[in-house]
Amino acid sequence: MKKTHFSEWGIESPRYWGMLAVLGAIVAIAGGAVFYMEHNGHWVTGMTNQVVWGIPHVFAIFLIVAASGALNVASIGTAFDKKIYKPLGRLSALLAITLLAGGLAVLVLDLGQPGRLLIAMTHYNFKSIFAWNIYLYMGFMGIVAVYIWFMMDHRMKPYYKPVGVLAFLWRLILTTGTGSIFAFIVARQGYDAAILAPMFVIMSFAYGLAVYILVLMFAFKVDGRDIGYAIQRRLKNLLGVFAAAVFYFTLVYHLTNLYGTENHAYEAFILRDGGIYTLLFWAGWVFVGCLLPIGIVYHPSLGKTRGGLIAAATAVILGGFATMYVIVIGGQAFPMAMFPGKTIVASGFFDGVNGQPMLYSPTLAEFLLGIGGVALVLLLTFIGIRMLRFLPNSLSDEVADPHYTKS
Amino acid sequence: MSREKQQGRREFLKTSAAAAAVTIAPGVMLHTLSADAAPRTEPVTDKVRWGMLIDANKCADGCTECVAACDKENGLDLVDMPEGADPSLWERQRPRWIRQVKLKDNLSGRITNLPMMCQHCEEPPCVDVCPTGASFRRADGIVMVDRHICIGCRYCMMACPYKARSFIHAEVAEKLTHTPRGKGCVESCNFCVQRLDNGESTTACQEACKHQAIVFGDLNDPDSAVSQALKKYPSVQIRADLKLNTGVRYSNI
Repeated sequence: MKKTHFSEWGIESPRYWGMLAVLGAIVAIAGGAVFYMEHNGHWVTGMTNQVVWGIPHVFAIFLIVAASGALNVASIGTAFDKKIYKPLGRLSALLAITLLAGGLAVLVLDLGQPGRLLIAMTHYNFKSIFAWNIYLYMGFMGIVAVYIWFMMDHRMKPYYKPVGVLAFLWRLILTTGTGSIFAFIVARQGYDAAILAPMFVIMSFAYGLAVYILVLMFAFKVDGRDIGYAIQRRLKNLLGVFAAAVFYFTLVYHLTNLYGTENHAYEAFILRDGGIYTLLFWAGWVFVGCLLPIGIVYHPSLGKTRGGLIAAATAVILGGFATMYVIVIGGQAFPMAMFPGKTIVASGFFDGVNGQPMLYSPTLAEFLLGIGGVALVLLLTFIGIRMLRFLPNSLSDEVADPHYTKS
Repeated sequence: MSREKQQGRREFLKTSAAAAAVTIAPGVMLHTLSADAAPRTEPVTDKVRWGMLIDANKCADGCTECVAACDKENGLDLVDMPEGADPSLWERQRPRWIRQVKLKDNLSGRITNLPMMCQHCEEPPCVDVCPTGASFRRADGIVMVDRHICIGCRYCMMACPYKARSFIHAEVAEKLTHTPRGKGCVESCNFCVQRLDNGESTTACQEACKHQAIVFGDLNDPDSAVSQALKKYPSVQIRADLKLNTGVRYSNI
């Protein structure tokens, strides 16, 4: 294994600026959508007093969860001393910051009063997991920024590992906090389960790695840099394990629910009768998000190809969005169980009459805001890798694989 | 400045002060005379805990008097549908503090009617989850929203087990002085706090109920009508399993 050299993203200027222009335009359109929604009020969205969190939250939570997961690649190198992952660490940490920035931007811009962000920074209710998360997110950004510095600055080498370990522990707590936003909600049948916190952690492993793989492969491809099979194989196997772990947690979550009669109605809703939620659960969460990528990465021939890895990572991401939709929207669409043993036959405030789910039809503006968040992530990442030395010159087997032998 | 002009200003201040005294005095008198509630300059105390007992047997099918009274008292009837909004979607977006719910028992088919609103929990989940502390519980048991620091995140609406809260989805052109509301904040029933703080002891919904299905009062006072009624009739809390010790209780559900 040779010494790794890093360099700025060297693609031709017109191409780089072209990409920035396209992403900037998408961000600007999202800005327009925010202005439209905030100027009019949330009545122009599909969100209601029944489904209070919509598409923006699906995007925001996906990006925030993926952010902590994107750091995993760096953590494996630093905290677990796997040499082959070390050259991958810088991009991993950068993506962690940009994904979090994109997710938080979407979350904050959907607030009823986004102008009151300063209040959220100055008034704290420490019993609120939301308030803790503000600290966890800000702390994460700070720690990972220092982590990047120590990775890049040779003088800081002695402190590089402790910071890496701290960042790893912090990210575990952070995603536990994100999962707890739902796990702590006692009111709703689909939430209020401790397993949601570790499930979010394992989902973050999968989503973050999938985003990392796609960005790495794209950045390398357009810049003519090499990724050898040794790295591809590691990343693909890791993705397979994470997708399988998501599947395992999904299984345990639903089997536990299915055992207790009190959750049967909720399970019937998600697994059988929920329309869009049932479709997204089986086709999106389970098939595209878990089974398909597992199938691809462990396929004897498909798994060895570059296309296979890209397909698997894309599937994990698409499945991830479906998962978030089922959790965030599906959890609200299912009527709250206020009167056990009784059926609500009429209500002046949409209480799930005759067990009917709450309606939600997202509007274009909500999607534009969410997509703008994704564009912001890429925009910041591309600027980052262009300005600073985040990318190794090569990840060919000769450079990256510690067990490489010339054949 | 000339002497006459100064004189004129002095005269003006004197007259204004006198006029202000005449205008404000009755209000001050009202406050000092009120029996239970503390004057507005003093913080509320936990000597009082406001609460309600609702007798579902008395609540009449199809009657929405309490809803209409709440809408009027709290200016909810002034919230207009924005131009161009889809009426069926707007129905799900407009605010409601109290609503009529009709239940059918799954086993016996028995029909029950009852009004649902904020249950004014002693341990309110909405207060727990609010990141800024905008959702709060007063010492006298009233759970409400400080609309100056509500950032509109709607986490309280996710957390409320009673679906009692509303988000203001549109600009509100007209509002009542005692119930200000603005686009982008969350709100819910506050037991007509403006009445209680002015020394009154009824809520609009209780007053409007022709069937006497609602008894309101001080749960800490053993002689209050609500305490007496709670002693006399068996009652339940909705979602008692959550152990939130609600201020609103129901009998004959």
